[in-house]
Amino acid sequence: MKIDNKQFLNTAQQTIEDPVLQAAYDKAIPRFNSSRQDAFALVPDVEELRRELKAVRAATIADLGTHLQTFERNAQAAGAVVHWANHAQQVGQIVLDIARRRRAKLIAKSKSMVTEELHLNQVLESAGIKVVETDLGEYIIQLANERPSHIIGPAIHKTARQVRELFIEKLHQRVDEDPAALTDVARHALREIFINADIGISGVNLGVAETGSVVLVTNEGNGRMVTSLPPVHIAVMGIERLAPDWGAAAVWLSLLARAATGQAMSIYTSVITGPARADDLDGPKEVHIILVDNQRSAQIGTKYEEILQCIRCGACLAACPVYGEAGGHAYHSPYSGPIGAVISPLLFGLENYPALPQASSLCGACLEVCPVQIDLPRMLLALRVDSVEQGLVSPPMVAAEKISARMMKKPGWMQFFFKTGRIGQLMLKLFNISFNGFENYPMVSRQSFRDLWKRMEADDDRQR
Amino acid sequence: MNHTHIWVIIVEHTLQTSIHRHQMKDTIALFTTCMVDQMFPEIGVAAVNLLRRTGRKVAFPPEQTCCGQPFYNSGFWPQARDLAKATIQALEPYHAVVIPGGSCAGMIRVEYAHLFEDQPDWRVRAAALGAKTFEFSEYLAANLTLSPKSEQPTPVTYHDSCHMLRVAGIKHQPRQLLEQVGCQITEMRESERCCGFGGLFSVKMQPVSKAMTAEKLSQANQTATGLLVTSDPGCLMQMRANQPLGDPLRIDHLAVVLEELAA
Repeated sequence: MKIDNKQFLNTAQQTIEDPVLQAAYDKAIPRFNSSRQDAFALVPDVEELRRELKAVRAATIADLGTHLQTFERNAQAAGAVVHWANHAQQVGQIVLDIARRRRAKLIAKSKSMVTEELHLNQVLESAGIKVVETDLGEYIIQLANERPSHIIGPAIHKTARQVRELFIEKLHQRVDEDPAALTDVARHALREIFINADIGISGVNLGVAETGSVVLVTNEGNGRMVTSLPPVHIAVMGIERLAPDWGAAAVWLSLLARAATGQAMSIYTSVITGPARADDLDGPKEVHIILVDNQRSAQIGTKYEEILQCIRCGACLAACPVYGEAGGHAYHSPYSGPIGAVISPLLFGLENYPALPQASSLCGACLEVCPVQIDLPRMLLALRVDSVEQGLVSPPMVAAEKISARMMKKPGWMQFFFKTGRIGQLMLKLFNISFNGFENYPMVSRQSFRDLWKRMEADDDRQR
Repeated sequence: MNHTHIWVIIVEHTLQTSIHRHQMKDTIALFTTCMVDQMFPEIGVAAVNLLRRTGRKVAFPPEQTCCGQPFYNSGFWPQARDLAKATIQALEPYHAVVIPGGSCAGMIRVEYAHLFEDQPDWRVRAAALGAKTFEFSEYLAANLTLSPKSEQPTPVTYHDSCHMLRVAGIKHQPRQLLEQVGCQITEMRESERCCGFGGLFSVKMQPVSKAMTAEKLSQANQTATGLLVTSDPGCLMQMRANQPLGDPLRIDHLAVVLEELAA
């Protein structure tokens, strides 16, 4: 499906007009923002830390190939199997091969945006394998058969009341609206899944090349269950999510949770370096790491390379006034908000997502909060330039832009342009027509400033 | 024609151009922005009246039109470049340029450099212009101290225009000036939140834009000040266009409010 302005606005309008959805967003978003602000305020020099993270991320991406090779070598030395995948189908095939070999019937998943991007669940389900999401938010939207509305809070568009109704309907559990009680219901249901799963699939917050480790940052502990209870763990990782060493990882981790949820650190930070050793009491027998490219390496060396520095904290979503009104689903991509508006066209094709670069007032709030200081507004602009150059803008719009630019160049033509607008405004008023709200716009002035200036200039000369 | 006559013409011409240059050097050019010129001339009038108080001569370069921002923001960069060049030519002879529009100031000061990335000659001219371009409140606050007309404080709230704040980097000057003329500022919960304008965004993404404006106006009304001040004609138009019928909130430009309240 092509996500043009109409598609975006259809979904956005539903969100804007739905008081329940608005209430859910209005509750979650200010909390993200204030928690982040409070957490940043407590760091002695947060700007210095942001600069440090930026430097680390930029340097890593600039030499990504080398770091990935180091990562692969060290992960293999620790006993993990490393796979490389260019495209979504390859990831599906790798996971299916492992699943067939293990005769897997049930897979437990912890949160992973990259698998959303690859539609991995659908691939596995169509092969007859049951996949259960174990992150509470993901679990909720999987039960509701919906898509994530936020990169770190996939179910923030849902209210506690809706979750209660969902649990009653799908899990046949009588439960209170209280979040703690709701979590308890999910916890009991998921315990069974963790114990019985043949394979655990997780995302990766960051890999560390120095030791070949993958790091998972979660608050619910489900990530640790998924990666330690089932006999096989498959970690799916975007190739850009790599820190060369633990020093870099420390800088990364010191900002990730603060930017995401306002925590100094998340409740669980799990480091996985290969499968269980002989003397380990638990842990998987097999660990697979799938390194996914899916158009990431294509950004290197382009004006969009900086986007690969993103650590997926979601700060830009909470800061974005467009996201706040339109909601996450309007973007029709696993990645929403400002980061989604840039990365979705880059990864999945600008021709498939022409609306997303337009879905911004370019207010710059995203850049202000980004822990890696990624210049998202500049990339949105660049994507708009690409849209024009690639002929993705409708011919009437192109004509309107070109004609109005031509008219704006000369004072006389500009005056004519505005005066024509004034006549339009007068007509709307005269015939009491409503035209998309344009009838409410302030009128073009009968006398322009340049008309008035002649008198003002004379006044000044007289005074001198 | 004799030689003396030619010499008189040459001397006269040289004298005239140097006098003209000298005058320009002492003159502030007002770049009204197309919106102030055509839609809100009262802002331009107020700005001129206040700028004249600095003792400098104010000129209105008649060739000025639009800085190119709408086309720049919608990805039509060749068109934006044309307008930027015309703007540079119209404004560069002057001592300083003052703009009663935060986003246009940001456009000239910061974005022109990106627009002319591949044209070094124009990039240099743009940078020279940028260095002497000031947003209205920025220039006024640096060159003049105002005083209040009335002893009665005026309650106001101030909306930070996104590009003025985040591109041009101007935050405290409008507030400083408002306080000088006796305003009592009650800040909105998020004074830095976008009003929803975003140029053509407000047309292309109208329902979202309108919802953003509604949020801004509701925050302004929560301050109970009754007067919402902004420094950008774009924000002003957007917020006025989307005011609910019968909403008594007055929304106005900083220059108009300052002129009204200054002694």
